Amino acid sequence: MLETLYHLISQYILLPLTLFIFPTDYQTEAMIFLQTTIKVIAIVVPVLITVAYFTYAERKVIGFIQGRIGPNRVGLFGFRLWGLGQPIADAVKLIVKEIVIPLNANRQLFVIAPILSLAPALAAWAVIPFDDTKVLADINAGLLYVLALTSLAVYGVIIAGWASNSKYAFLGAMRSAAQIVAYEIAMGFALVGVLIAAGSLNLGEIVSAQSGSLIHWFWLPLLPLFVIYFISGVAETNRAPFDVAEGESEIVAGFHVEYSGMAFSVFFMAEYANMILIAVLSALLFFGGWLSPFQGIIFLEDLFSWVPGMFWLLAKTSIFMFLFLWFRATFPRYRYDQIMRLGWKVFIPITIVWLVVISVLVIVNTPPWFN
Amino acid sequence: MTQIIFYFFGAMLLLSATMVVVIKNPIHAALFLVLSFFSSAAVWLLLNAEFLAIVLVLVYVGAVMVLFLFVVMMLDINLTTLREGFARYFPLGIVIALSMAITMGLVVGSDYFATATYKQVSTTTTISNTELLGRAIYTDYLYQFEIAGAILLVAIIAAISLSMSKSKITKSIHPTEQVNVKKEDRLRVVKMKTENKEG
Repeated sequence: MLETLYHLISQYILLPLTLFIFPTDYQTEAMIFLQTTIKVIAIVVPVLITVAYFTYAERKVIGFIQGRIGPNRVGLFGFRLWGLGQPIADAVKLIVKEIVIPLNANRQLFVIAPILSLAPALAAWAVIPFDDTKVLADINAGLLYVLALTSLAVYGVIIAGWASNSKYAFLGAMRSAAQIVAYEIAMGFALVGVLIAAGSLNLGEIVSAQSGSLIHWFWLPLLPLFVIYFISGVAETNRAPFDVAEGESEIVAGFHVEYSGMAFSVFFMAEYANMILIAVLSALLFFGGWLSPFQGIIFLEDLFSWVPGMFWLLAKTSIFMFLFLWFRATFPRYRYDQIMRLGWKVFIPITIVWLVVISVLVIVNTPPWFN
Repeated sequence: MTQIIFYFFGAMLLLSATMVVVIKNPIHAALFLVLSFFSSAAVWLLLNAEFLAIVLVLVYVGAVMVLFLFVVMMLDINLTTLREGFARYFPLGIVIALSMAITMGLVVGSDYFATATYKQVSTTTTISNTELLGRAIYTDYLYQFEIAGAILLVAIIAAISLSMSKSKITKSIHPTEQVNVKKEDRLRVVKMKTENKEG
């Protein structure tokens, strides 16, 4: 269905447009450019809508966990609809609010910081395969690219904290920088484990290497690395219980304390976009991506063979997104020195040990994963 | 198309590299250095060196420059004292810069800058250059690679031991002690009679 829609747009809107506007020499390049733009829009717009409704889901889920109702007032077209209009109302509210730039703030950096935090979160989606054919950029070094871009997210936080010229913001930025650098190493080592297991840096090939059945997925041989990857992901996105960078009770809101209106909401969107990214990466790297969980089971495999692969990927991603919310509702905030200890002294040694274990497993061709 | 991208990132690289040297605010200089790393990574990508480009972003932009910024932000730098003595050190600076430029010119020569003799790296191989680089490092250049690793390990240990020297004054408690703390160790319940205002 998506392919047909794309071909229709490409055939009847883009092609006449390029033929009409561009000179003949540049038409092929212009066509490629426009097609890529359409694909980018097809990825970014659903991601941003998911971000909006993820905030709604967070308030609802945490509300239910805590025995509350959550937002249920703002509906659409006069109907309540369990408060489904809430994200739209929030967006409108944030857009019309004034963006206050503090007098002694560094103006340029203050404005650039939110953009720097959102851009990598969206750019990383370029290499995410949604299906065995649907991927924007099928590059060989996909895993490295994702790791490089997730490591860039820290700049938004640091620059925001420094440019605000505020003590609380600066403290938040320092905490966040130290935390992200610490957990990025554990995260990188966990990804090296995936690389050894799959024998490829291409995300599509990593998923293909997991095909077979539910136990062929990498979560089983890489179980410690998966746990560390996901916890590091929670820490990287500055989410509870690792949200000391925001720490409402100690430093008000950390790095974004001076931001208001849309500038604040861009930080907010970046945080949620990063969470979705970590969720989709966990699903791809450790839980077989678009592969059906019923693969290899005699009767059920045929029964569910009509389900598109993208559905399974999105279903798995949703489970991990729910985990983020569950964590926030369940765990109290870590103390800062304990966060550092967990990152440097617990996670990194475990990942190094498991890298050796997984290398041995690969070398001796352990069935059912590596034969 | 490739040319437009190349000139865009090339111009950005030169501009940001100049700004690193020229600009007064050290934080801005560090951020321009980040930008110049980023644009040179983009230029490398155009040369099909995707592994080196991504690693440049990952290691230098993602980790080294974060720590660098961290330090620069923590230091209380006074801009006026920084600019003092500029005229005094200027001749010395010129001499050093010239000698470095000459050394670089002698070592590198015109081989890498003459576009006529520039050899295009073959891109017809089916193996990705990440894999090729990995094979080269772990087979042909294993010895050198291991030595580099050993040197880095020594540097890490040296850095840690330098930072540990003052650790006697910290109030940090070993985690196992923290976990094993009981209520009796920290809490003292004092029984006392209720006080009465009139009494």
